[in-house]
Amino acid sequence: MSADQLSHRLPSYLEYQGKYKGLLGWILSTDHKRIGLLYFYSMITFFLAGVVMGLLMKLELIAPGQTIMTAQTYNGLFTIHGLTMIFLFVIPGLIAVYGNFMLPIMIGARDVAFPKINLLSWYLYLLGALIVLASQFMGDGPPDTGWTFYAPYSLQTHTNVLAAVTGAFILGFSSILTGLNFVVTIHQMRAPGMGFFRMPLFSWALYGTAWIQLLATPVVGITFLMVVAERVFHIGFFDPTLGGDPILYQHLFWIYSHPAVYIMILPAMGAITEIITTFSNRVVFGYKAIALSSLAIAFVGYFVWGHHMFTSGMSDTARWIFSLLTFLVAIPSAIKVFNWTATLYKGSIDLQPPFWWALGFIFVFMIGGFSGLVLGAVATDVHVQDTAFVVAHFHYIVFGGTGFAFFGALHFWYPKMFGKVYNRRIANIGLLIFFIGFNWLYFPMFILGMMGMPRRYFDYLPEFHSWNVVSTIGSWILATGLIIIITNLLRGKKGTPLEIDNPWNGRTLEWQIQSPPPLENFEHIPTITKGPYERHNTEE
Amino acid sequence: MEQTATHSLEHRDDTASKLGMWLFIFTEILLFGGLFIVYSVYRYKYPVAFHLANQELDKTIGLINTVILLISSMTVAMSVSAIKEGKKKLTITLLGITLLLALIFLVNKYFEWGAKFHHGLYPGSGILHDLGHGDTLFFGLYFFMTGLHALHIIIGMTLLAVVLLKVKNERINSGDYVLLENGGLYWHLVDLIWIFLFPLFYLIH
Amino acid sequence: MSEEKEHIVSYKNNFLVLIALLCLTFLTVAITSVELGPWNVSAAMLIASLKVGIVLYYFMHLKFEHVILRIMVIMVVLVFTALIVITFFDYLYR
Repeated sequence: MSADQLSHRLPSYLEYQGKYKGLLGWILSTDHKRIGLLYFYSMITFFLAGVVMGLLMKLELIAPGQTIMTAQTYNGLFTIHGLTMIFLFVIPGLIAVYGNFMLPIMIGARDVAFPKINLLSWYLYLLGALIVLASQFMGDGPPDTGWTFYAPYSLQTHTNVLAAVTGAFILGFSSILTGLNFVVTIHQMRAPGMGFFRMPLFSWALYGTAWIQLLATPVVGITFLMVVAERVFHIGFFDPTLGGDPILYQHLFWIYSHPAVYIMILPAMGAITEIITTFSNRVVFGYKAIALSSLAIAFVGYFVWGHHMFTSGMSDTARWIFSLLTFLVAIPSAIKVFNWTATLYKGSIDLQPPFWWALGFIFVFMIGGFSGLVLGAVATDVHVQDTAFVVAHFHYIVFGGTGFAFFGALHFWYPKMFGKVYNRRIANIGLLIFFIGFNWLYFPMFILGMMGMPRRYFDYLPEFHSWNVVSTIGSWILATGLIIIITNLLRGKKGTPLEIDNPWNGRTLEWQIQSPPPLENFEHIPTITKGPYERHNTEE
Repeated sequence: MEQTATHSLEHRDDTASKLGMWLFIFTEILLFGGLFIVYSVYRYKYPVAFHLANQELDKTIGLINTVILLISSMTVAMSVSAIKEGKKKLTITLLGITLLLALIFLVNKYFEWGAKFHHGLYPGSGILHDLGHGDTLFFGLYFFMTGLHALHIIIGMTLLAVVLLKVKNERINSGDYVLLENGGLYWHLVDLIWIFLFPLFYLIH
Repeated sequence: MSEEKEHIVSYKNNFLVLIALLCLTFLTVAITSVELGPWNVSAAMLIASLKVGIVLYYFMHLKFEHVILRIMVIMVVLVFTALIVITFFDYLYR
């Protein structure tokens, strides 16, 4: 195969000139690789905007009382920060970028099942994003409800909730269509010889995630429609003055939003599996356990949503049932960590930047996960619910989890996507500073939460001051690390093209083709003869 | 098609197409499912009000509409058999009947809702407010769910109209009819939802 | 892969399915006009589920589709049912 590659190289998908040239050739492209990059560039932009929002919030919190903004501004800021990070970054996340780019190649296909719908997904993503961001500038001011839009306040506030939930609804549609595309792609387009149990584990992760996208998203979709009906027609579903139950809103909202966190984390875990396996230079430990635990997490994850509602006024019966189910769902997640550790054991470890990201992921994800046990047990949750403890928990899990995996995957697949490589020493330094800043920023929040500092407050009691100062300084260190990382990656793109297609000696299909890939991925669709992490797993 | 080379993706996969439509149907089930959750919670909380409010709805129109949709499901299912047999004219006739039945459904709905509005029963109205919480929620759910359902009837009609045109110009034919099957599947979904809506709003007390 | 010329459902069979559905519809109307108390809802829902099953199996062709599709339909119904049941752990015990 490599002789074939050396003798004649096809033009890459980056160079390909089809019916449309230039920018049009990108925004009208149905090529899954270009669509993956379109998502990437839009998402990074929104992510960086979200980072700025976060930095501003931390700056406000460096001292009690008003520091740089009013309370109303702060409320609007944590709302849009949540909306941006969740709906515009971590939910599309690894799916829209690496799923789009790698899934077809990893299963030996030329594209996804429905390439035009794939492009439509991106258009809907942009449209939804623009409407959500427009809510900041229209009407009576940016929404101040938090990204959770709890009733009855979301029904009463004069701020621009309508635009925000409409944008979120459209974003949901984008997510649903991507999930649909991936399920069909995985069922129908695997290369000859690639049964389900010869797929790479990233593909398994995407499969489980796609089902969550399909089945959970419509529930929040209809919930947002009901919020619109409440605000416009006073229909009464969640309005206690009309007989409605605000807790029902929470049920419906979290029926989606809990599975949504599995949308965030499953692909992340899939990417980490790929990275750890590749840089251990061996077959993954416990392939079936990891594959099936992805499905188990997706399935059980539907039934734990009430752990966000322990202090809402639910019945005691509901509280202990949700707590029990929550502890159950931790099991398949733990299985994955055991398998990663076992894969490292007796592997021939190659200490490259993606690998350090993966190790960092395991560290911060574990801390986030353990803090989740405190929140999953009703007796401890009631003390820390709605405090900074929860904020620390989900930033460790989501930013630590999906965020680390996103950047780790970026460093991993960078040579594949761009045919270039970045400066590895600077990448590691950037990661180190980022890692230190990350923990410096978020760990104090656990302490503050235990001490009793509420979340979503722009002011706080004097006893919380010193830890807040520590935390805010952490945000600057984190930002410094990010700047180094991103600058390094940008400079890498300007560098000389890489001579080799497989710098990490990866064994999955994407590493067996050119870097960057040609338009149709494969000259000839391979026939698969062994598992995805074995050497020489195709026949010519 | 524009950016991907034309030769490789000509390979048609009808199974993929049909699977895609079924997955979309699953999302619609969950979409309406959210509303059924709301309905079941409020029926549980306001049993008396739901019982009394139910009397306000016209069972006869509801029954007629149910029968209409069931027949239209049959006609669209028959149209799939017709296209497989290559009977273009029969396919078009059956699709036409389906569309006509759908239109009658919508007209019935229009008069039903009109009568309610005439009696001052609509979300946010004073009369509804005076009737109390249970009635407010019953009629809120009634309008929202049948309204969303009617929207899906319109979408279904649009889909089937497009399908009908494609049958006419033979883009859909006995060798390539997955679009008709998928349009039919969507139409059956619309029927499925109504099969639950009918007893929940018109019959149960 | 173009579809095998699979089994074509006869017009007569389609018509018989309709008759079955209409019978069940009239049965629902009859059952709900009798005062059965709380069993009214269960009876009506049971019959409705039967009707939905018939539409899925015959009109929507599930009978002839790959078993994987039938499994998916069942899983979706199970997940949705679980959502309602779990929600009622709150409302039933408040």
